[in-house]
Amino acid sequence: MDLSLMDINWRVILPEITLAVFGFVLLLLEAFLPKDKKRITGHIAWIGIVLSFLFCLNLYGTQLSSFKGMALSDNFAIFFSFLFLISSFFVILQSLSFLKREEQVRGDYYALILFATLGMILMASTLDLVVIFLGLEIVSISLYILSGFRKKDLKSNEASLKFFLMGAFATGFLVYGIALIYGSLGTTNLEKIFILIPLTETTLPGKDFLLYAGIGLLIVGFGFKIASVPFHMWMPDVFEGAPAPIAAFISAGPKSAGFAALLRIFLLAFSSFKPDWILIFWILSVLSMTTGNLLALWQTNLKRLLAYSSIAHVGYILIAFVAGGNSAISGVLFYLSIYILMNLGAFAIIISMGSKDREGTDLFKEYAGAGLKNPFLGVFMAIFMLSLSGFPPTAGFLAKFYIFSSAVKSGYLGLVIIAVINSMISVYYYLRVIVYMFMKPAEEDIKPVSIPFSLGLVILVTGIGILAFGILPQPLLDLAYNSIF
Amino acid sequence: MPSDYAYVGLFLLFGVLFVLFVFILSRLIAPYKPNPVKKENYECGEVPIGQGWIQFNVRYYLYAIIFVIFDVEVVFLFPWAVVYRSLGFFAFIEMLIFIAILLFGLIYVWKKGALKWV
Amino acid sequence: MVPVSYYILLSGVLFSIGVLGFLIRRNVIVVFMSVELMLNAANLAIIAFARNIGSLTGQVIVFLVMTVAAAEVGVGLAIIMMFYRNKKSVNVDDGNLMKW
Repeated sequence: MDLSLMDINWRVILPEITLAVFGFVLLLLEAFLPKDKKRITGHIAWIGIVLSFLFCLNLYGTQLSSFKGMALSDNFAIFFSFLFLISSFFVILQSLSFLKREEQVRGDYYALILFATLGMILMASTLDLVVIFLGLEIVSISLYILSGFRKKDLKSNEASLKFFLMGAFATGFLVYGIALIYGSLGTTNLEKIFILIPLTETTLPGKDFLLYAGIGLLIVGFGFKIASVPFHMWMPDVFEGAPAPIAAFISAGPKSAGFAALLRIFLLAFSSFKPDWILIFWILSVLSMTTGNLLALWQTNLKRLLAYSSIAHVGYILIAFVAGGNSAISGVLFYLSIYILMNLGAFAIIISMGSKDREGTDLFKEYAGAGLKNPFLGVFMAIFMLSLSGFPPTAGFLAKFYIFSSAVKSGYLGLVIIAVINSMISVYYYLRVIVYMFMKPAEEDIKPVSIPFSLGLVILVTGIGILAFGILPQPLLDLAYNSIF
Repeated sequence: MPSDYAYVGLFLLFGVLFVLFVFILSRLIAPYKPNPVKKENYECGEVPIGQGWIQFNVRYYLYAIIFVIFDVEVVFLFPWAVVYRSLGFFAFIEMLIFIAILLFGLIYVWKKGALKWV
Repeated sequence: MVPVSYYILLSGVLFSIGVLGFLIRRNVIVVFMSVELMLNAANLAIIAFARNIGSLTGQVIVFLVMTVAAAEVGVGLAIIMMFYRNKKSVNVDDGNLMKW
């Protein structure tokens, strides 16, 4: 066996290599730069993201495969890479002013964001369970550190600890699930699994149990990672305790990466088992929607509210798994892109409303009257909240509409009715934010907050994006439809 | 078959009963005469120094963490070394890259002062 | 030769012990050790399967899982240390600032 450089198509993993190199450069810069020069690390980080994005753009439509199918560049992978890179870009922009305010400008923070992005891209652009696992771990471990980034803050510590314990627990399930699937089929390649499953059912009856157990464990593991009820316990605490840009990051990138892997695993590899796992996804979906929305009603903390709303949105997305089919998959892609925009925008507003001395409170009452004092923040917060609850002129409505309609077409009317009722419940708490911002009198005399350029840019771009895709969804829809595997 | 499970249940029952029986028997027939020497901590026959439950300095954990990470990476070197001859030059370069990545980590740790005994 | 099912059974038992330990124990370090036990149970299963199938892939997977576990140990111990420094406790019940 002679390996050589020529056998490997390096172009496929060029985006990943770029991110890794920039990550290492940032680590070294953090170690060697004097403290007052560290501001450039953030700018280097976003340049790295942009470069990686350009390489991805170059790969779109190539359908290449390398490392014996462990890395590939089908449109599905590239679409998700776009999502991850865009969300990381916005998170870095948010962090620029956040870290400056915290007086914690550090290169390793950005390096970890780049590494996490690298892991997410790995997860989406592979057909191998082991590589999915490795990508997932790169993401998770970076996030454990990032969520505990404010070392002296008790809440940040606690968030990090809970996130870590729950994440490691989920990893255990995931690895065991992979072990059982490997044991029963002898491969971890998703395409080979898809081909092998119809054969094994007839020839090796005894191994069925292992396979079923493996699939169950995979669902538990991924359930933790995407935070669907009943595996959601960590998410609200992590959102509340972690630094705000990191909470935004967790809700955008890693969650989409989890869905990318789930889509490939269940709608490709185990699609012939659909009658068996469909009920599990049905239950997970209903539980996530209902629990998320009901618990969100009682929240007094905006970040926690967004955590529960995020859990509810996982429930909506899981409907697509029950529905199945191409329109459902493209629905998920559309939903995730819109969801990332809404959430990152809302978090950018939360960051601009915060200040160093009361970091991590984000209580509703601090927002009383803020919309009138800061019309820019108020109006855009209203847009994000309306979009999250799914009102028609915004893209959030269309995102829900496509997933729900695909489920109706597949004949799951009951599930859609539950989802619509849930959406109506959710309107209450999303509107409450707007009511607080515009109609409640301020408790004390508040001054308008000054919005740094980078944060303003994030809010503006995401807000306009939501409105634009709400009115003209066709380009994004076409892109999503061309990107299914 | 229910009868198969009955065997398992019976086995379990006997297992538990046997352990209980042995414990109670030893309690009943063994003489109990404690003295300070007998209750002492066992430290390989040496005279024990201090308490068994002491707090280790937190710095040891720092070293332990760094050690664990760098130590386990060696796991990739062993299979590489075994088949090194048949893999050729490319594998050599690949391992150099791998070690270089570890080196970046080490430099970072070093510069951050985690290796200093303060 | 010991049949492969014995190894799988053992790994299943180890995995269950890990899960139970995670759910029952209160000391963060012990909880963490339970998680490691789960990972090692998976490793044992993978190795046994690899032997059974006669493929080397399983052994490589185990290497990867081991390194991931080590990275997790590093980060995990650091997080636990930070928690201990601020709280002077390694009891999971003391992580009670945020509920619901």
